[in-house]
Amino acid sequence: MDLMSFFRAKKPATAQLARDRLMVAVAWQRDNDGRRNAGPSYLPQLREELLAVVRKYVQVADGAVQVNVQREDGLEVLEMNIALPEAKTGT
Amino acid sequence: MAKIIVTTSGKGGVGKTTTSASFSTGLAQRGKKVAVIDFDVGLRNLDLIMGCERRVVFDFVNVIQGEANLKQALIRDKGNENLYILAASQTRDKDALSLEGVEKVLNDLADQGFDYIVCDSPAGIERGAHHAMYFADEALVVTNPEVSSVRDSDRVIGLLSSKTRRAERGEKLREHLVLTRYNPARVEKGEMLSVKDVQDILAIPLLGVIPESPSVLTSSNAGAPVIADPLSDAGQAYQDLVARFLGEERPMRFMTVEKKGLFNKLFGG
Repeated sequence: MDLMSFFRAKKPATAQLARDRLMVAVAWQRDNDGRRNAGPSYLPQLREELLAVVRKYVQVADGAVQVNVQREDGLEVLEMNIALPEAKTGT
Repeated sequence: MAKIIVTTSGKGGVGKTTTSASFSTGLAQRGKKVAVIDFDVGLRNLDLIMGCERRVVFDFVNVIQGEANLKQALIRDKGNENLYILAASQTRDKDALSLEGVEKVLNDLADQGFDYIVCDSPAGIERGAHHAMYFADEALVVTNPEVSSVRDSDRVIGLLSSKTRRAERGEKLREHLVLTRYNPARVEKGEMLSVKDVQDILAIPLLGVIPESPSVLTSSNAGAPVIADPLSDAGQAYQDLVARFLGEERPMRFMTVEKKGLFNKLFGG
């Protein structure tokens, strides 16, 4: 950093903003193309993190958390399914 | 067997023609027999960048319509005797090209012993772009580190994997990312998408990074591909790119800011 920029007001790094916006735009585009149709690129990570949170409270199987993005009439719905293990009876 | 390479991008003005001119010149400098074809019917420009605009007599459409043969229409490059240019038509309507016509010209070039045929695509994703990419074996996807260019490149990558002959046959079309107008200083300041950002989004292998450089304009002013300027950083980056394309290992250069002196450090050069 040079001396002059020290006195200038700090501007936000717009490259990160560009990256984030592109990630969303491109994911949407790929879905519409019918290409690499795995949903937005953040889905796998979201699923992993949700699984970790659920496991703090309930022990569930690896496939217990399902996350999907559905599109209908311009409306996007993030759909989550968490299957709990069968309730224990008579304890 | 001739290899067909399309230079494509979706967005206009990102450096397709500059890349086609330097790439084909670089291949020719390394002893390959190369033809470079301008597919931008109605908006001919490759001839200007290559400096042969005054020698265009017949063009691509003349050949397809049988008004001239290939030998008459191919223009030999002034600097490389194994490099030939096929100019786009200036006046004809966009429907003048047909896939069958394009295929015949490509086959004839292959029969004449060309090693590489470089197809310089027009901007957009309409017919002209489709004709340019359809027969390609490999693609140079030219992209600027800028949101609209990256998104358009992503669209084009989608088309390459669905609307080409190779895609229809279930064969792999090799895609290469060519990142142009790269400014490491602005990347460092967080003002520009980095190479890694663009690679993460587009997810195709990186062939080369061409720095933003004044010599690209001065070379085009003079009608000489920037790769022919050994002092230019962009020219050197294109040399590396061509070497990598031919299988050589070359480290990526011009991706970091050059160190400043003490004076510049204090007062911001």
